[in-house]
Order: sequence, then C-alpha cells, then structure tokens
Amino acid sequence: MINLFQQLFLILPEIILATMAMVILILDLFLKDKRRYFIYVLSQLTLLVIGILIVMNRPTTAQFAFSHMFVSDSLAFYLKLMSCISLSVVFLYSRSYLISKNLLTGEYFSLSLFALLGMLLMISSNNLLLMYMGLELLSLSLYTLVALNRDDPNATEAAMKYFVLGALASGLLLYGMSMLYGLSGSLDIMTIASTISQNTLDPSILTFGLVFVVVGIAFKLGAVPFQMWVPDIYQGATTPITMMISSVPKFAAVAMLIRFLFQGLDSLAPDWEQMLLIMAILSMAIGNITAIAQTNIKRMLAYSTISHVGFILLGCVSGSVSGVSSVLFYVTCYVLMTLAAFGIIVALSTDNKNIELIEDLKGLSKRQPWVAALMMITILSLAGIPPTVGFYAKFSVLQAVVSGGMVWPAVVAVLMTMIGMFYYLRIIKLMYFDEPKITSSFVVAPGFLWALTINTGGILVLGIMPQTLMNVAALSATMSL
Amino acid sequence: MLTNYFLSIAIWTPIFFGVSILFLSRKVSIKWINYFALLGGLVSFIVTLPIYQNFDFDKTGFQLQEFYHWIIPYRINYHLGIDGFSVPLILLTSFMTVVIIIFSWHSIKKNVAGYYSTFLILSGLMIGVFSSLDAILYYVFWEAMLIPMFLIIGIWGGPNRIYATIKFFLYTVLGSLLMLVAFIFLYLESNSFSIIDYYHLPISLDIQLFIFFAFFMAFAVKIPMWPLHTWLPDAHVEAPTGGSVILAAIMLKLGGYSFIRFAMPIAPDAAILLRPMMISLSLIAIVYIAIITLIQKDMKKLIAYSSISHMGFVTLGLFLMTPIGVEGGYIQMISHGFISAALFLCVGILYEQTHSREIDHYGGVINKMPLFTAFAVFFALANSGLPGTSGFVGEFMVIMGAMQENFWVAFIAALTLVLGAAYSLWMIKRVFYGEVINQSVSQLKEIGVRQFFILLSLAMLVLVVGVYPKIISDITNVSVEHFVQFINLTKIPTS
Repeated sequence: MINLFQQLFLILPEIILATMAMVILILDLFLKDKRRYFIYVLSQLTLLVIGILIVMNRPTTAQFAFSHMFVSDSLAFYLKLMSCISLSVVFLYSRSYLISKNLLTGEYFSLSLFALLGMLLMISSNNLLLMYMGLELLSLSLYTLVALNRDDPNATEAAMKYFVLGALASGLLLYGMSMLYGLSGSLDIMTIASTISQNTLDPSILTFGLVFVVVGIAFKLGAVPFQMWVPDIYQGATTPITMMISSVPKFAAVAMLIRFLFQGLDSLAPDWEQMLLIMAILSMAIGNITAIAQTNIKRMLAYSTISHVGFILLGCVSGSVSGVSSVLFYVTCYVLMTLAAFGIIVALSTDNKNIELIEDLKGLSKRQPWVAALMMITILSLAGIPPTVGFYAKFSVLQAVVSGGMVWPAVVAVLMTMIGMFYYLRIIKLMYFDEPKITSSFVVAPGFLWALTINTGGILVLGIMPQTLMNVAALSATMSL
Repeated sequence: MLTNYFLSIAIWTPIFFGVSILFLSRKVSIKWINYFALLGGLVSFIVTLPIYQNFDFDKTGFQLQEFYHWIIPYRINYHLGIDGFSVPLILLTSFMTVVIIIFSWHSIKKNVAGYYSTFLILSGLMIGVFSSLDAILYYVFWEAMLIPMFLIIGIWGGPNRIYATIKFFLYTVLGSLLMLVAFIFLYLESNSFSIIDYYHLPISLDIQLFIFFAFFMAFAVKIPMWPLHTWLPDAHVEAPTGGSVILAAIMLKLGGYSFIRFAMPIAPDAAILLRPMMISLSLIAIVYIAIITLIQKDMKKLIAYSSISHMGFVTLGLFLMTPIGVEGGYIQMISHGFISAALFLCVGILYEQTHSREIDHYGGVINKMPLFTAFAVFFALANSGLPGTSGFVGEFMVIMGAMQENFWVAFIAALTLVLGAAYSLWMIKRVFYGEVINQSVSQLKEIGVRQFFILLSLAMLVLVVGVYPKIISDITNVSVEHFVQFINLTKIPTS
C-alpha cells in the first residue's frame, strides 16, 4: 500500500485539471473580450503541464490508489497522453473558427477541460462508480458543448437528442452495473473479475448485466444498432465541437471497453465476443453503405466514424492481447485522421461560408492545391490505402482477427472496406476531377496550414514507419492485461 | 552477402523526381518542366541498366537482394531482390516511362507538372512491385500504385473518366484486399512475411485453394482475365494516351508477374487442381474476347479488347506449367508491352489531331500520313502475330506448349491467329486505306521527328525480340526451369 502523499501524486494531473477548469471559468468573468486569448493560452499550458506530468509519472507496474478505485498502469498512461495531445490539437484547430463565430469563451475551454477530466477518470478507473462518474462528467460537458452556440436551432436540437439518448445509454449502463454489483457484492472491477471466475454466480443475471453493460458501451461508442444519435449530433453541432466529439472521447470509450470487458468480464469472453462481432460487422456494413448516400460532409464523416468503430470492435473480438494492442493502435490512428479531416473542414470554413456539403469541396485542387493534397492524404488514410497509417491500422486489426482463427469476419471487413472506398474516392473525385463552383481567393492562415501539414505529415510518416507507435501500443496492452 | 543499392535506386529515383517536379512547378515555366521530366525519366531509365548488367543469368534464386528490418513487431522487412522474371519487366517499365514523357511533351495542356509527376511516381512504384520480396512491401507498392493511376485517368481522361476511374479503382481494390487477408493468413502459418519463406511452407490443399482464390481475385482482375475484365475497356478508353500506354504495357503485366511470383509457387497443388479452370478461362478470353474485338467501333476499345485476348495467352502459357509454355507466356507479356503501347500511341497521335477515336470517322489516312501509316500497319501486323515480330514468338511458343498438352487446346488457341489478323487488319483497312473520307482526315499532318523516333524505337524492339527472342529468354531461362520444377512439386504436408 502506498501512502496518501503518493496516492495524491498519482492523481495530480486530474487535480490540476479540475483546478484549472474552475480557475478558467472564474477568470473568464473578469476578462475583457480582447483578452480572451489569454484563456486559450492558459488552457494549452494546462494541457502541456498535464502531459508532462503524465509522461513523468509513467508507471512500470499497475499502481492503485484510494482503496483500489483508481489505477495507474501503462494502458492509462498511453490513453491519457493521447487524450491530452488530441485535445490540445482540437483547441489549436478550433481557435480561429470559434473567434469568428464569437464562441471563444471561458465556458468552451472549461467545459472541454471538464470533459477531459471525465475521460482521464474513466481511463484510470478500477471501480464501477468512478467509471460512471467519469462518464457522466464527460457526457454532461459534451451535451453542453453541443448547445454552446445557443442561437443555432440545429445545435440546440442536436444537444437535446444527444442528451436524451445519452441519458438512456447511461441508464442502461448503470442498470448493468447494478446487476454486476448485486451479484458480486463489489464495485471493484478486479474483485468482480475474480468473483465471476469462481463460477458460482447466477448465469442468467450475469448475462443480463453483461448485455446491459455492452449496450451502454456500444451506445457511447456509436456502434450499430445504437448509432442513431451519431449523424444527427455530428451534423448539428458546430464543426469544432464535432471535431472534439468525434476524436478525443474515443480514447476514453476504448478504455471503458478494455477495463470492463478484458479486465472485468474476461471470463465471459465467449459471450461478449459474439455480441461485439455482430455489432462490429453491422457497424462496418451500415456505416459504409449509408455513408454513400450522404450529401453533408459531417454526416458522411459520422457514418465513416461508425464504420471505424466497427473495426475497433472487431479488434476486440479476437479477445487477445494482440487484439487490444491493435485496438489501441487503431484508435490512435483514427483520431489522428479525424483531427486532420475536421481540421481541414474548419480551415476551409470562412466567416460567411461554412463547409457543409460534400459538394463544397468541388475543384478544391484548383483553388487550394496544398489543402487539397492534405485532404487527399487524409481521405486515403481513412480509406486504408498504403502508404498511409490507415492501412496499418486496418492491417493490425485484421492480423489480430485472423490470428484468432476468424477468417470470415476478416473477409467481410475487407469487403466493407472496399464499399467504403467508394465514398472516400468521391471526395477525391470532387476535389481533383471537378471544376470549382466558387472561385473565391480565400487564404488559409499560414500557421493553421502548417499545423495541418504536420498532422497530415504524421499520417504519412507513420504510414511509412508505423513501428514506434505499434510498439508503444503493444507494450501498453501487454503490460496492463 | 555484398550490399548493393541497385534496386532501391531504381525504385526511388523516379519517385524523387516525381515529387520534385511538383514542388518545382510553381517556380518554372512549362518548357523547363518538360525538360526536367525528361531528365527524370532518362535518369530513372539509366539507373535500371546496372540491374541488367549485374544480374547473373545462370543463377537460380533471387539476386541483388537488399534487406533491412522495417516493422519489427510484425516481422515486415524492406526486402528487395530479383530473378529472371523481374529484370525484363523492370527495364520495360523504366523505358516506357521515358517514351510516355517524350510523347506527352506537347499533348498535355492541363496541369503538366502533375501529369509527369504521377507517371514518374507510378514508374517507381511499379518497379517496387517487381522487386519486392516481402509480401507487405509488395502490397504497399501494389496499392499505392492505384493512387497515381486513379488520378491519371480521373484528371486527364476523357468525358466519362470518373465512372471509368472509380470502376478501375474499386475492381482492383477488391481483389487486392482479399490478397491482404491471404498474406495475413500466410503470416500466421509461417510467422513471416517473406515470400521466400512462403515458397517452402507446407500447406494443406483446402487452405491452398483459399489462398489461390484470394490471389486469383487480385491478379485476374489486374491481367484481366475473363470474366473480370470489364473495367479495362472503360479505363483504356477514358485514360489519356500515356495512361493507356502504361496500363497496357506494364500494369496488366503486374497480374501475370504476380501469378508467377505468388499464386503458383505458394499454392502449387491448388494451381494444378484448378488448371483446367484456368486454361478454360484463358481460352475463353482468347477466343470470345477476340470475337468481341471484331465488332468494336472505337479504336482504343478495340486495342483494349485485343489486349485482354492477348493476355489470355499469358495465362494459358503459365498454366500449361511446362517450360515452353511459361517461357512463351512470359515473352508474350514483354512483346505485348511493346505492341499495345505502340498501338495506343498511334491512336493517340490520330486523336490529338482529330479528337476522335471512332473508326468510322477515319479513312484514307495513308494519303496524308504515309510514314505514320507504315508504322501503324507494322504494329497491327505484329499484333496479329506476324512471324518475325515479337507477337509471333510468344503465341507460337504457347501454342506449341498447348499442343503437348492437348490438341484441342492448341487448336482453340491458334484460332486467335485468324481472329487477331481479322480485327487488326480490318481496322487498318478502314482507318488507313481508301480515299480520304472527310474534312478532318484531310487536315491531318505527318508525324514529327519526336513521334517518329518513339515509334521507330518500339518497332526496332518488336523486330529484335521477334527475330532474336533469345535476348529475353537468356535472362529468364534459368528462372523458368526452376519455376516449372518448383510448381510441379507438391507442398501438401505428409502426415
């Protein structure tokens, strides 16, 4: 057992984050509009400090704190660090857009930081209650963020839908948790695991609990058949908020998936593997096929997300350590690509003209050749074509699946990937083969362009040398399972 | 093993030039871009010559190997190496790139730098495919190759280019993704992505059938074999001339080459079991497609269909699994590379002036372009398999091989000599001979020096290979012998 001081040190990043979120909220009251920039800098600094603390605290073995509620292991290290980095990128990309829409307020930053706090707690939780609290903190912050632009009826509607469906999902999850608690008499995930493995519990209630938990997680991930909210929220929310919803929380969702299913309910693996397999295949099928029919680019990316979630679930289905490491690798690549895609959409949205329809990208290669090239690389990566990182993401998942002896799911996944290529190619077609509709000579700020270039360059460089990231993901998976 | 970099240089030089042209294009005028692209093409061609020079014709196995660890967790390596099957195709690739660059000097108006850049990058990637000894490295080159080709058809193509290019892309991707699953499967069996390891891996028959099927989907689309060929006429018709040339001359060969490199040696028992099917598909392609070719109205479509028919000879030769059949199929690949490329260039020359590919819109071209007509007739004759041209050698060897197998197979295959002559000569008659039929033909101008030398060099190559095929068979001989021995050994584990 480690002493209180050490325990506090373990959750120092979370403490700082909570403090800073509140400080920013208060500070915002005393700042004039011109000085809002200061809040942005402060938030980025907070993320930097947390990131450094997480790196310094890198655990070699799993350490528990607060009577096993909180765990700090290599999985937590990896996912927390990635969450901080990606949120920082989200801030970077969103800044100019939010300024132009007059949304760069203290609330935006403090809510985002609270959401991050929720995610960090979820990632580190070894306890059903802490997991639930983290999830609710995340969800409530996101609901509010969606509604941030309160004059926009679409955003309000999206927030409402998100809230209702999210609350339903939380309810289901909580119901499942209560069954697990009732059966095992403990909220501690490790204890639940050992109780279940003794095989003395009532299997029917256990299965019910499992189903509710899986459904809750699937809701949060946006897997078919619980995907209804995803496209509406993506479309309705302001683009930078969509960027945040589609990227950072995926790390926490994956953490929840791994903590619950692999650490907690591992002995029920044959049961949940079947559920995940069905959801994975449905997600890939419906996500990819429905995306073809979309005209709104955010909606299309929403369906693309659903199909990627299908791949993430497929990685879990193999139930092996290599499956988990492929999932960690996949989710990281996915976030990298999503940030680039939404970043480009944000960059192309000017004060009076948002990029809403896929058609708006028409002839982009003639208006903005560099941005078009970046978008092409991102799209190719989303489609999974080498030499981009998206290929290795799919490759590692397929490898894990085939090594689990499941060749047919891999073949289905491959067929769905091919269907998906059609709508990704359509974007390239619009950008490169069609003539521009609008001929405005609008310039993306050079700083922003550099950031996007580095992001897309990352997609390419990781596509040529994916080894380091693969190793880190594999190490995190091996050490914490 | 002495380390050398011949293959890496051959792969990365054109890619380097291709990328630099893109960055250069903002600074300099089109004239300099033309020169720079030519420089890039020539340098890329010259750096492939040492490969030929340093290749030892008498050795089996892979030569000029390069090996670096790449992605260690999955044991993926940057492993290059070549045997007799790769060398002629590598040279063909880099040579054709030069031809296309010279040909396109004045014919491309839109985004010139991008055009050269995609061709140079494509050339490097294709050489990469021909020299990879690691399955994933091969796969990366194979898939990456689709992107430039997709852009070439989509940006510089004809009116219906978008349909054609998306069809091309999706068709090819479907096959190659299945191939990826097969690679992963092989990896789990052998714990390696090395092709050499795959060769010595015992596999049971039903798994071999699965693997063979996955490879078949990837390569049969590329070749293309009947009935997976429908993307090719569309892609050819819509592609710019350079795109058609590279597609016909090299991309189709990737399929044939990959059958030799992957499908047959890795799953030999499945290949032997499915031989009747493969031979039947080849014969259907040879005869049925040749009949379809007869009725084409569009010249490019006609050459495209004739390509499918000729590629039928390649697969027929390979699946005869005798030295003479394989050798013949291989020479047919090289020869078809020259002839189809030349024919597409001829159509391109006419199209540039009249903007029509319809056979009906021509007639009496010989009155205006006698020199050009001489070339066109020569290539058409070569296409129909005239003795003395390279077209004859491959077909003759394959028919001889087929005769050893079965009289009727040889008979059906030989029908193409009649049909090939029919469609080639009938097209020539309608387009080139007779009276000048309309205004646009009467305004045609004779080819310039640049085009003359391009066609002359291709005609020389067709003649040289036709008269002295030993120039190619010397390179491939040992590999062919080894290959035939190898695929006739069973790989089913004895237990």
